[in-house]
Formats: sequence, structure tokens, C-alpha cells
Amino acid sequence: MNKPLTRPNTLRSGPDAAGKFGGFGGRFVAETLMPLILEVEAAYAAARKDPAFDAEWRRLLKDYVGRPSPLWFAERLTKHCGGAKIYFKRDELNHTGAHKVNAVLGQILLAKRMGKKRIIAETGAGQHGVATATVCALFDLPCTVFMGATDVARQQPNVFRMKLLGAEVVAVESGAATLKDAMNEALRHWVGNVEDTYYCIGTVAGPHPYPAMVRDFQSIIGEETRAQMMEAEGRLPDMLVAAIGGGSNAMGLFHPFLDDAAVRMIGVEAGGHGVDTPEHAASLTGGRPGVLHGNRTYLLQDEHGQILEGHSISAGLDYPGVGPEHAWLHELGRVEYVNATDAEALDAFQTCSRLEGIIPALEPAHALAHVLKIAPTLPPETLVVMNMCGRGDKDIFTVAKLLGEDF
Amino acid sequence: MASRIAARFAALRAEGRGALIPFLEAYDPDHATSMAILRGMPAAGADLIEIGVPFTDPMADGPIIQLAGQRGLRAGATLAGTLEMVRAFRADDDATPVVLMGYLNPILSYGPARFAADAAAAGVDGLIVVDMPPEEAAVLAPHAAAHGLDIIRLVAPTTDDARLPLVLNASSGFVYYVAITGITGTRSAAPEALEAAIPRIRAHTDLPICIGFGVRSPEQAAHAARVSDGAVVASALIDNLAKSLDAAGGPAPDSARRVLDQVRELAAAVRAARQGADAA
Repeated sequence: MNKPLTRPNTLRSGPDAAGKFGGFGGRFVAETLMPLILEVEAAYAAARKDPAFDAEWRRLLKDYVGRPSPLWFAERLTKHCGGAKIYFKRDELNHTGAHKVNAVLGQILLAKRMGKKRIIAETGAGQHGVATATVCALFDLPCTVFMGATDVARQQPNVFRMKLLGAEVVAVESGAATLKDAMNEALRHWVGNVEDTYYCIGTVAGPHPYPAMVRDFQSIIGEETRAQMMEAEGRLPDMLVAAIGGGSNAMGLFHPFLDDAAVRMIGVEAGGHGVDTPEHAASLTGGRPGVLHGNRTYLLQDEHGQILEGHSISAGLDYPGVGPEHAWLHELGRVEYVNATDAEALDAFQTCSRLEGIIPALEPAHALAHVLKIAPTLPPETLVVMNMCGRGDKDIFTVAKLLGEDF
Repeated sequence: MASRIAARFAALRAEGRGALIPFLEAYDPDHATSMAILRGMPAAGADLIEIGVPFTDPMADGPIIQLAGQRGLRAGATLAGTLEMVRAFRADDDATPVVLMGYLNPILSYGPARFAADAAAAGVDGLIVVDMPPEEAAVLAPHAAAHGLDIIRLVAPTTDDARLPLVLNASSGFVYYVAITGITGTRSAAPEALEAAIPRIRAHTDLPICIGFGVRSPEQAAHAARVSDGAVVASALIDNLAKSLDAAGGPAPDSARRVLDQVRELAAAVRAARQGADAA
């Protein structure tokens, strides 16, 4: 089934016409959705060629989101580590507090071009749901967000934000009632409402063209980083580090650098209680290829092909799959995939807050945990960029509870 | 050997009626009960039988079949276990076609080549793999063909005329018309919608066409079997089974009988509905 993983001249040209990155990706959906997936693909291909579409998206990114996000030299953290020079790409400063809004704006503009009248989305931690609800408010589109009932309970502030923004939040009770089940339910709802509804997917997963489309919109992160690092240091970074759940912030940072062989890239998966336990969400480290949610990728699954629940301290990372382009880059060896445990992320969360005055989301706290491990081992001229893809306001209740604080 | 599916549809055509295709979920609520339902179905009037293979993430199924799958998984259902059920069924019945309906990942995990060989050896006749559109079928279709297994394709109301030939050319056995743009067990298509939809597909294929999704009552089954070549009834049977279970999800002594009684009612209605009779 795998096409041979021969290395193309460029790693930036994927996917192929069938939506495949090597043997990963594709369009594994029910026939009812197939015509709609093809319609999204055609509409996106046309929008990409339209300068007016790009100009409108960039205008919104600049004036509504606040891009470009800064590239911040984390001087105190650098001193603390005593090695590589650490920069943060500050996507937590975006309107709505995370990178998600970059791709949401692009997708909602596409939905409007397609004449769709309402928007649905899935969400785990609530960041993608909040971003979608925000943009739907801006464009006066009805918005329904599917969220696992477990996540609704542990992410109450974001649930309230979505409601304030006018979105309907549907608590999904099926399965383990987390992100995977929210995505199942969003897909089911879409099957029943294909005529007027656009499904705004939050990560670089799902059926083609979503992995490529979300990556394209998120690549603004890497494009800005490239220009900003040239300005700050006069050269490209040596290493990029980003957290991986589905993998959209990482794909956005990595993609513009994939053909720069000297730039090392590290994706940090959620190690939960440890990848040697059943309680983690490290699909590339602890999973194997399979098909879920419309694409072939690495999945946490049992020996019978039943999907396992991911676990992470971060509700945004506990997804049992990963974007198919990451699966391909993993097998090619272009990107290294490591993991950080709940405990390491919690330490990094506190270290960053105290040293840099930046409270990170628990998702980038995993990337930071790896930076804290690796930076001391690197020479001081090494330039490391970590994607600070979300702010930690949404996580302070979770963290307070773990630290024994009681409000 | 002519396929059981082709032979059965030829026999039904000679009788001038459509098929009743009841559905059961493997291991729901346990192995013994689902086996009793499977064994009892031909005598209750099933012309073909569809067996659902439990999967953790059934993307196209509504709550009734989702819960059936969860009960099945709790009871230890696997793809291998489902094939064993068919093998046991075949010891008594070598004529009634059996079609497995499920999702691709358990098949990939089993190994598509080995699965096709084992399924054919167990006596499976056809496969409906919900999340494997024709564009992605290369992973399984050659192995299925090599072992004489039909790949039964879903055609949906959203499948337009431009796409129909692609879907139908990748089909064998019969064509499964998904009557609604929606998931299983939610709503039903209007009779007029079905009467318009089936000729559109018929113009592109000689394969039998059966209707599923939203076929619940004996009247709906009779209508579907009259305007097409068969009616698939799934959620209504599972619903009835689920209502018979105790608080812990275990079977009652009469669980299987209740489902089979319902199959009998559906079969009586389908058999009374002659094809070519007044459809108004």
C-alpha cells in the first residue's frame, strides 16, 4: 500500500493530486461526503489563484489578528539554559490567543466564496472553537462547535467565550467525549448538512484538501520567522521546535524551511505519563499507520485496529492521530519527533512564566520542555526558534489544580 | 461457483420481488445473542444478511449503531471474531449471502490480503467499507477480487451524474443507495425522492440496487423493495434489540426472538410487495 518513500527534489510540493504525502493522507470518507470534499478542493484551488482572496486574508491578518507576530529573543531563558540562543515566535499574541485564527480566517473566506451559510468546527482545548466562533461573529455566520463533553467540563472559560461570541456549543457524549469524538460528530453533522454547511477543520488532518490547506494558511508563521530571523541575525535559524497534536502550528513553522537542509526541525508530541505507559498522545512515537478521520496517518490503535484514546495534560494535544504530512516527514527523517511528558510541560510552563513573563499554553509548554532539555547541550551561536503557538490563560485553572492551588 | 449474491438476486427476480436485508452488529450485546440472531435470520425471512463490524469511530453512523458497536467491542468483538461468526453460520446455511459492513482501519490492521482470503474462506460474500471511496480502493479491491468478494459501493443523493460511473464501475454484487444525506438511524427519505433516485442510478448500471438508511417500518421496507431491488433495515432492528437489554446492557432471554419477530414482519411486508405493482 505504501508508495516507496523516494525523496523528491523539493519537500514543499506535496501533496500529489490524490492528496497523498508519500503513502499518507488521501480522502477516506463516506460517499455522501466525497462530492463535497472535491468541491472544497476545487474551490480552494481557485481561491489560491485569486489575488483578491489573498489580499483580503492578509488584510484581516494584519488589522484584525495583529500579524506579523513578533520574533522575541528570550534572553533570560537563554541565560538560564546556558547554551543555544532561544527565540520565541509569538503566535500567542494573535487575536484569540493562538495560531488557530490564521487558518480559520482563510477557511471562512473560502466558505463565503463557496456560498456556504453556516460553519461547523470541532475543538479540543477550545482554541480552534474560539477562533472559529470569533471569525463567524465578524462575518455574521451561524456557528456550531462540537466539543467532547469531557473537554467542555475541563475548559469552561473557552466554552463561555464561544457562547459570548454567539456560537452554539454541542457537548459530544460519544466515545471518551474528547477531541476525536468531537471530530467524529462534526463529520456526522456535516454528512447531514452538506448543502449549506462548511466544516472548518482546526488542524492539518482530515481528508484532502484540509491537511494541505490548513498548512498553507499556517505557513504564514514560518514565512514571517524566516524574514524576521534574517533581519535579527542575518541568517536562517539552526533549529525549529514546535508542539504536535494534530500538528498545525508545527507544520506552519516548518513548511517554509523544509528545503533548507541545514535547518533542523523537531516536533514535540505529548508524552502524557510517559510513552512507555498507555497514557500518552504520541502517535508518531507510539502509534502505527492506519486510517481515521479521512486520512491515512500514524494512529494510536490496538492490535485489532481499534482507535485508542490519547492522553495529555493538554486538551489540545490529546488526539490519537497526527497530520499526514508529519507522518511522511517522520518516515523520511526530515523532521525529528520527540516527546515531553505532562510533568515536563508543567515545569516548562512555570519556568517560562517566571523567566520571560509569558504564560504559555500547555501545548507550546511541551515544545519549551524540549528546548529546556536540548538548549544547554548546544553551542551559544546556535539559533533556536520555538513556536509559542498559544497563551496560557485558558490553562491556569488546570495548572492551579495540579499545583494544589484552590480558588 | 456463481456468487451467492448474484444467485440470490437472480432467484428474487424470478419471484418478482425485492430483497429484505436485515442488519446485525457482531457481538451486540454479546457473542451468543448476535449468533442466535444471525442463525435465525434466514428462517425469519432475510434474503441477504448484513453484519456490522464494530469500530471505535463509526463516522457514518448515528447513535443507535454507535452504541451497538460499543456494546460489541465491550463484548470482545474483533474482525477475526466476526469472521468466525460467519464460518459458524455457514455450517448450516450455504445459500444466504452475507455482507460485512464496517470501516477500513480494522481491515488494514488485519492485513488486506490476509483479510480477503480469510473472509472468503469463512463464507463472506461482499464487503461494504464505508470510508473507502473508489479513489482509495486500491488498498483492498484487488485482494477482494482475487478471492471473489464483492465490493458493494454506497451511492448517495450527493453522488452526481458525473461521479456515478466512477462509483458504479467500482461496484460489484449490488449497489447500496444511501437514501438520505445523513447518518444511519436519523431520518427517512420521502417515497417520491426514492422513486426519482433509483431510475437515475439504474440508467448507469445493471447491478441490483438496494436502499438503506432510514428504512425502518414494514411499510417503508415494502416500498423500498418495490422501487429498488431490496431494502436494508438496520437501526430499527438494533433499536428494538437495545430496548430489550437490561440496565447493564446484557441480553434478556427473549432479545434474539424479539429481533427475529421484527424481521418476520418486515419480510412479510417485503414479500407482499410485488415489483412492477402500483407504486403510487
